[in-house]
Amino acid sequence: MPQLDLKTQGLRLINSTLQNATPDTESRDWTVSNPMGQHAIACGLDKELNVTVDGNVGFYCAGMNQKADVTIKGHAGVGVAENMMSGTVRVTGNASQAAGATAHGGLLVIEGDASSRCGISMKGVDIVVGGSVGHMSGFMAQMGHMVICGDAGEALGDSIYEAILYVAGTVESLGADCIEKPMTPEHEETLKALLTRAGIDKDVSSFRRYGSARKLYNFNVDHAGEY
Amino acid sequence: MCGIVGLYLKNEALYPQLGALFKPMLIEMTSRGPDSAGVAIYRNPVPEGQVKFSLAHDRSDYPWSALADSLAEALSCTTTITQKDTHAILVTDADEKTVQLWLSEQTPDVRVVGRGNSVEIFKETGLPEEVYARFDLEAAEGRHMIGHTRMATESAVTTAGSHPFATGADLCLVHNGSLSNHNRLREELKRKGVTFSTENDSEVAAAYLTWKLQQGVSLKDALEQALDDLDGFYTFCIGTGNGFAVLRDPIACKHAVLAETDDWVAMATEYRAIATLPGAEKARIWEPRPATVYAWGAETLEGLSQNDGELLSAGAA
Repeated sequence: MPQLDLKTQGLRLINSTLQNATPDTESRDWTVSNPMGQHAIACGLDKELNVTVDGNVGFYCAGMNQKADVTIKGHAGVGVAENMMSGTVRVTGNASQAAGATAHGGLLVIEGDASSRCGISMKGVDIVVGGSVGHMSGFMAQMGHMVICGDAGEALGDSIYEAILYVAGTVESLGADCIEKPMTPEHEETLKALLTRAGIDKDVSSFRRYGSARKLYNFNVDHAGEY
Repeated sequence: MCGIVGLYLKNEALYPQLGALFKPMLIEMTSRGPDSAGVAIYRNPVPEGQVKFSLAHDRSDYPWSALADSLAEALSCTTTITQKDTHAILVTDADEKTVQLWLSEQTPDVRVVGRGNSVEIFKETGLPEEVYARFDLEAAEGRHMIGHTRMATESAVTTAGSHPFATGADLCLVHNGSLSNHNRLREELKRKGVTFSTENDSEVAAAYLTWKLQQGVSLKDALEQALDDLDGFYTFCIGTGNGFAVLRDPIACKHAVLAETDDWVAMATEYRAIATLPGAEKARIWEPRPATVYAWGAETLEGLSQNDGELLSAGAA
């Protein structure tokens, strides 16, 4: 398996090597050692690679990811997997703010906790958090699913559109226009499939579902108090 | 933008390496703050009955020993002075307020940037690496240090506008963020007698804490009251005689990360500043919650509420 060392090779060489890798003719599996909390590691990948980053990363790791499976063995800084299109990004530790921001597709798994604004403006990504999320998570979330196995901080799902949020623990408060909705057998199936894909063993019956009350889609003076 | 860092050594065996361990932390934050840098280091506590001042002047050839001699003669006291580039550390057995008054009258162009039992504050414009070298900090020994790299947004790039800002005996503040109500708060504090030396928003935060502490409010309570009275974005790191405290604004707008091992506690705007510390990969790492005061050397946090100064001045301790 090809090994890249960020300390000796530097970020630009590592990223261009990964971006130009040809998984059909050479190795599909890559390792990046000594990430040292640097930013934008393994960004903009668009081929079916398996990249393991061995340690804690800085901001925007695996941003804009397409097709690749990126595993961060450690903690991730702000905006991990931001604007991801497809593929999988897994963080074995905790993630900082705005994990999965604006991401359109793929699966983001955070085995530990995520900080505030997790899934902000998500547009179709599936996010599974093994622990808890901070305040303002799911802010303006448009599409996709966010599964929170622990607790959610203040103002969950504020100004949410059509994303679906599942929370097993307690919700400190719901944001504007976010309401609890009933869990149907279809939702349980979806949730079970998400947990299986994420490799997290958790009883689906412990989850509640939250989504949009759809009162803020268009301005209506009767709803002014909701803003 | 700005970067802030703090390091508190739990393992005494590391004290001789404090300056060397702290150096890459500060330098890693250069991209967040390339225009000035500063540190507060807590070392060489003076015996009871003495006080340590951190002084600064625009010129690095300022005649510090002449100042020390004049002070000794005028106040019939002992003085020792050690120059570090544009700064000097003055230790004296004279009364603290009398010294401050004498300095402000006799040497108005000398700035008092810190005072206390152990704190020494050094700050200058320039790249963090250059600033660190100017003050000969790599070889520094001690227990804890906080630092700041500045990218000015609210006021001029000057030494006086650099951080840390002293807020009382052995207390100082570094700030990442910007305050939106600093003009109004500055006017309110001026009416209460606080003087200011810059238009800097962070100086207002320091002045606010100074003033609260002088009213007998504990540091912990002062920080909690700051949550109501300061409007804007901030992560603060507050150096104390025994450690440091960290506070983020209620929406946690500015980044911050904390890490702890058996040997040290560190805080930084970004993890990459912590990554060079020994054992960082195995450290307990977490993001401080918004509107929550974290402190090390915490058993002394309440004790640090005592502030005896009547000279209400933020930048000038």
